[in-house]
Amino acid sequence: MTTKELEKFALEIRLATVECIKSRGFGHIGGSLSVCDALAVLYGDIMNVDPKNPAKPDRDKFVSSKGHAGPAVYATLALKGYFPKEQLLTLNQPGTNFPSHCDMNKTPGVDMTTGSLGQGTSEAVGLALGDKLQGRNCTTYLMVGDGEANEGQVWEAAMFTAAKKLTNLVWLIDWNKKQLDGYVSDILEPFDFEEKFRAFGFDACTIDGNDVAQLKEALSKKATDKPIAIILDTVKGKGVTEVEEAAGNHSMNVGAEVFDGWIEEIKGKLAALEA
Amino acid sequence: MKIVYNGEKDSRQFKNVIGETVEALLKADDKVVWLDADLMGCSGTNKIKDDRVINCGIAEANMAGIAAGLSAAGMKPYAHTFGPFASRRCYDQVFLAAGYAKNPITMIGTDPGITAAFNGGTHMPFEDVALYRALPEATIFDITDVPMLEAALKMAKDMPGVKYIRVPRKDSYQVYEDGAEFTPGKAVVLREGKDGVIVASGIMVHEALQAAEKLAKDGIEMAVIDPITIKPLDVETIRAYAEKTGLVVVAENHNYIGGLTSAVQDAVCGMALKFGYVAVEDKFGEVGPVDYLRTQYDLTDDHIVKVVKGLK
Repeated sequence: MTTKELEKFALEIRLATVECIKSRGFGHIGGSLSVCDALAVLYGDIMNVDPKNPAKPDRDKFVSSKGHAGPAVYATLALKGYFPKEQLLTLNQPGTNFPSHCDMNKTPGVDMTTGSLGQGTSEAVGLALGDKLQGRNCTTYLMVGDGEANEGQVWEAAMFTAAKKLTNLVWLIDWNKKQLDGYVSDILEPFDFEEKFRAFGFDACTIDGNDVAQLKEALSKKATDKPIAIILDTVKGKGVTEVEEAAGNHSMNVGAEVFDGWIEEIKGKLAALEA
Repeated sequence: MKIVYNGEKDSRQFKNVIGETVEALLKADDKVVWLDADLMGCSGTNKIKDDRVINCGIAEANMAGIAAGLSAAGMKPYAHTFGPFASRRCYDQVFLAAGYAKNPITMIGTDPGITAAFNGGTHMPFEDVALYRALPEATIFDITDVPMLEAALKMAKDMPGVKYIRVPRKDSYQVYEDGAEFTPGKAVVLREGKDGVIVASGIMVHEALQAAEKLAKDGIEMAVIDPITIKPLDVETIRAYAEKTGLVVVAENHNYIGGLTSAVQDAVCGMALKFGYVAVEDKFGEVGPVDYLRTQYDLTDDHIVKVVKGLK
């Protein structure tokens, strides 16, 4: 995909994400919007997946260890054709296949069940290790929240990834600076993620995680003898001004007319891009 | 099922049996993976040369999550550490990544209850069964002897859900014939008796059989049942013997809360009968030789005799 096509795909993911959350009236909007650009590049350009055959063993895999980014993941999968887009409007309704947190047994295309923070890291390690042991030529992409990195399990999994040279696992850290209670730096200062991952034995870099061109370049790089960790410098709530500016934007509960305003903002950006 | 119990110690050590069985499983099935948390020397797997034997280091939560991920990728993982770390240390990981997410794995917790001996109270799980009983669709094996260990390891490979195998590393008394086969949820009646039934698992099977022998000398004929799996529990067999004899005593190497005692109580709830147990009285563990701990926590054949006689 060209940069413009990827930008368009990212905006479409944002639009579908907001529509999805609007259907229930509340949801994890901030951390969903921060990862839309990464999802656009992964599913639009990088990953070898087949929506007609979601369980193909040698597909590339994606694990959102920040399981609450479910709405953005579902929006991406719907746009890729894994299931009809209307199903997004059942988010968190009784009996839905689209719960707040990603569930591999409910949603076609979701590769791993996550939600208890930290756990997706080890699960992704297991997926990548299992693929490697079976000689499959595929990659697992792991998205970890910056707040999630409070969890010790994240660092156990990071140590294992580098120590066992699991180069078919790519770590993405969504450094959107905020967690539920406020700024990550106020709650549990993580210091320098890039330096941390380098010290853990990764080939680490930091990019603008809301810039599809930078994402594409970083994700196109092949790992050598060290696994890759990409720190995504992102904005929580990216793409919707009021959400970006809201102090508490982890989960928001607003009226339909407010959602409609947000939807109009994204549609305006789409129209401008296509003009 | 042939019972070969003679009250003498088996010359085989559990940990060597684990090592040999796992090596055979790795050869027989290229999907088998063995994960360990810096305790391969304790599971007898440290001599196996295979890239599917992986030391995860001292990171049990990560190991459990990796096991679940391996399962999602189509492998058949076993993960070993000491009992407390194979249960409470990684409970959320086993519960969600394996149980809830439907990624079958087998967790092996060595040194259950008092068999943790010289590692002491920090390493002495009297609560591991309680935790795994509360995990939907889990299967719990409390290992009695070498043939049962071999069978459980082989069976667990292709069973759905989370399997938890609690097994000492050292001594045992052979009860079942070599090559014996078992069915999860199907108890084995080791001894018939009309005056009551002792339901015993793991290391307490030997104590129960000794107690039944002593009681028989006093004219009290106790049946002895090994449930094989504490979950699923063979409710039908246990209720039949409870009905027939009117007296049930449970013997387990675990807190009476949440383990086999609780499971049997659930099974016989509402029946008119006398009930007793020989289990840990809601206490933490402590350090010492197994023989000392057996006396300290009243997990002895003599205590079973006392409890049975107290109910008669």
